[in-house]
Amino acid sequence: MLDAEFFRRWMAVTAASVEREAERLTALDSPIGDADHGSNLQRGFTAVAGALEKEAPGTPGAVLLLAAKQLISTVGGASGPLYGTLLRRTGKTLGDAAEVSPEELATALRAGVDAVMALGGAAPGDKTMIDALVPAVDALGDGFAAARAAAEQGAQATTPLQARKGRASYLGERSIGHQDPGATSSALLVAALAEAAGE
Amino acid sequence: MSDEKLVGIVLVSHSARVAESVAELAQGLAGGGTAVPVAPAGGTEGGGLGTSAELIAAAAASVDRGAGVAVLTDLGSAVLTVKALLAEGDELPAGTRLLDAPFVEGAVAAVVTASTGADLAAVEAAATEAYGYRKV
Repeated sequence: MLDAEFFRRWMAVTAASVEREAERLTALDSPIGDADHGSNLQRGFTAVAGALEKEAPGTPGAVLLLAAKQLISTVGGASGPLYGTLLRRTGKTLGDAAEVSPEELATALRAGVDAVMALGGAAPGDKTMIDALVPAVDALGDGFAAARAAAEQGAQATTPLQARKGRASYLGERSIGHQDPGATSSALLVAALAEAAGE
Repeated sequence: MSDEKLVGIVLVSHSARVAESVAELAQGLAGGGTAVPVAPAGGTEGGGLGTSAELIAAAAASVDRGAGVAVLTDLGSAVLTVKALLAEGDELPAGTRLLDAPFVEGAVAAVVTASTGADLAAVEAAATEAYGYRKV
């Protein structure tokens, strides 16, 4: 079973990973975006880690709701409301249970990913974070390591795609040949989940 | 409207100067009628380009007169941040609505309509209708 401590660890590992990879995320965001994805997410997850240390919420749902609130209010780019919505809907779906099973987390994450698709209007294949998150949630039934591999593969598979959402979509065919920064950071979030689970 | 409560307008742009200028333009074109509460929420708190949930929440609170708050946005994270704040439930005043409208034309239509004492639905309809104004 996964308790609040597990979810706090997931967020802390994500914050460390985003900090480590911030330059790479921003570099990926330079040719097809506005070169702020790494710094924006770093600011957001630093706020998440700080808030969780200060408040230490006692349930998985409460951990994710607090994290979501921080992301929505501190990121300053589209990734704030998008990741905020992902964690918020996932946390709401988990409710106020003290512990949740991996299966319950998988179901909740799927609801979170659906909420992101509803908010941003993106579908699989649009070269967005959805291209890492959907395969990850699909693979979660086979364990956290399988989800991590699926997310990473999904992120890499965005390279030949043409962007159909967000600023990159204005570039048309020129968006082809670049790995999507949002899919890349989504793969970091899923990898952090596997790391938090010790896999 | 007999209760004289005016709809508040919030203008959210990636740029503080764009938000401020559109607010000034809309208020100027509304003429000498009743002064509509309009607040710009542009850029990040640090003064850069982007969207700040804090600035949006503060702007919405500052124009809330109890008749609802109409929010107009430019694009991308401005739209998504307002939608996410609305989903939070307690971040924006009750009766806050994101309008589906062009930013400049919609802002002018919203402010002029609100200055007549119209309710939120009428302000929303006027702003959305601005999409239909063809230039060629």
